[in-house]
Amino acid sequence: MIQTLQFYLSYPFVRYALVVGVLIALCASLLGVTLVLKRFSYIGDGLSHVAFGALAVATIVDLGSTSVVVMTVTVIAAILILRTGQNPRIHGDAAIAMLSVGSLAVGYLVMNLFSTSANISGDVCSTLFGSTSILTLTKAEVWLCAVMSVIVVAVFIFLYNRIFAVTFDENFARATGLRAGAYNNLIAVITAVIIVLAMNLVGSLLISALVIFPALSAMRVIQNFKGVVICAAILSVLCALVGIILSILFSTPVGSTIVAAEIVVFFINCLIGKIKAS
Amino acid sequence: MSYLKCENLTLGYEGTAVAENISFEIEKGEYLCIVGENGAGKSTLMKTLLGLTPLMGGNIVYGDGLEAHAIGYLPQQTFVQRDFPASVWEIVLSGTLSKCGWRPFYNREMRQLAQANMKRMDIWDLRKTCYRNLSGGQQQRVLLARALCASTELLVLDEPVTGLDPKVTAEFYQLIEKLNQEGLTIIMVSHDIHAAVKYAGRILHVEKERSFVGTTAEYVASEFWKELSMIERR
Repeated sequence: MIQTLQFYLSYPFVRYALVVGVLIALCASLLGVTLVLKRFSYIGDGLSHVAFGALAVATIVDLGSTSVVVMTVTVIAAILILRTGQNPRIHGDAAIAMLSVGSLAVGYLVMNLFSTSANISGDVCSTLFGSTSILTLTKAEVWLCAVMSVIVVAVFIFLYNRIFAVTFDENFARATGLRAGAYNNLIAVITAVIIVLAMNLVGSLLISALVIFPALSAMRVIQNFKGVVICAAILSVLCALVGIILSILFSTPVGSTIVAAEIVVFFINCLIGKIKAS
Repeated sequence: MSYLKCENLTLGYEGTAVAENISFEIEKGEYLCIVGENGAGKSTLMKTLLGLTPLMGGNIVYGDGLEAHAIGYLPQQTFVQRDFPASVWEIVLSGTLSKCGWRPFYNREMRQLAQANMKRMDIWDLRKTCYRNLSGGQQQRVLLARALCASTELLVLDEPVTGLDPKVTAEFYQLIEKLNQEGLTIIMVSHDIHAAVKYAGRILHVEKERSFVGTTAEYVASEFWKELSMIERR
């Protein structure tokens, strides 16, 4: 088995997939802790559908660089979603449900009506579940992903204390002069960036899993914020590594294998948490 | 010059006024309770003082060395906090953030400040405990320590005894009284009108059109108090 693995690792595209997978998993888990605690778990799901719709439209209209278009649309959607979430008059969950289902439908419709490819259901499937796209990454995409990940991690570390304050108690943070709105927007933008990057890895339907599972698992066993963040990051990276390697060895779909690993870890942590509490 | 001077305030949110013509001043070292019916605007007044809600009319002047954001704030608990995985130490330390400026991390001075305030609130031994595992009274002490990290001048408390049992409530009021005697200015929004009359030096009664501000003795002699006692006696 190790020989098979060595054989696969000699191919650059496998190494790319591992690097990108680990970086995205790391970024997603860092933000996941904040999003889960702020009750924004659904934002990943909503945004990924928006990204799917944007990708479909951008591919058909052929606007040159599709990733730039998708990124811009998703960032705008992220800020809009966070804004409506704060408005007591509009029900945040309904707005997100509308936006996400709407973009999913329009995306699929556009793909069907104007597709240039012969294999539409294959295209749709790989966008939704990311079945193969992580193994076809170009060197430029790997670099883009690496640079974005470094930026996300750096921003998170430098603003860690402020992100904690805004997550724990937004009103107190604002009363003491912190610009909580700006930090919320920043969190939304970073989330959007990660989701667009992660579409290659697990596809748009499974992205939420990367965001929420590591945070939820870590919260079962750890009782302080810093510990939860570190634990979530470690669990997420391990799950991504194990998931990608297993998917190569047993030729299973990458995204769902990673998510399956996350689910297993979540139940193990639930058990550990129960034992610790008793 | 007074600490905080409010002139003809109009309070409200999203364009709807809830209370008008509120004028009062707060001197350094005072203990003011804001009372009034639900929806009368007392929470809105407090949020306006803190800069969380924009002012609809009138003006607020901060004086006597008080800066706009040098206010220690004890908010009501939010549902996010009920199962938040944070240690007492992390929460109290976050109160010093306003003193950080552009520095990304806490320095030794801030850690010492947090430590001093935790000892002052008698929660130093709990510093590694998770916030969600504390009792209601302990949680309020943690948030109080955080507020004290943010300000040594003025504390603003929003219904601080909601959900506390009578014994812990009494202890909490004594704690606030002690802080007031140590020189902190206190503004408290409260439902608990009897405690307000017992502990506060002055009372601000907020109502939609008429509002009252005066010493506790004046308040007890006023028709606002008579009306309330009438209702209670019935």
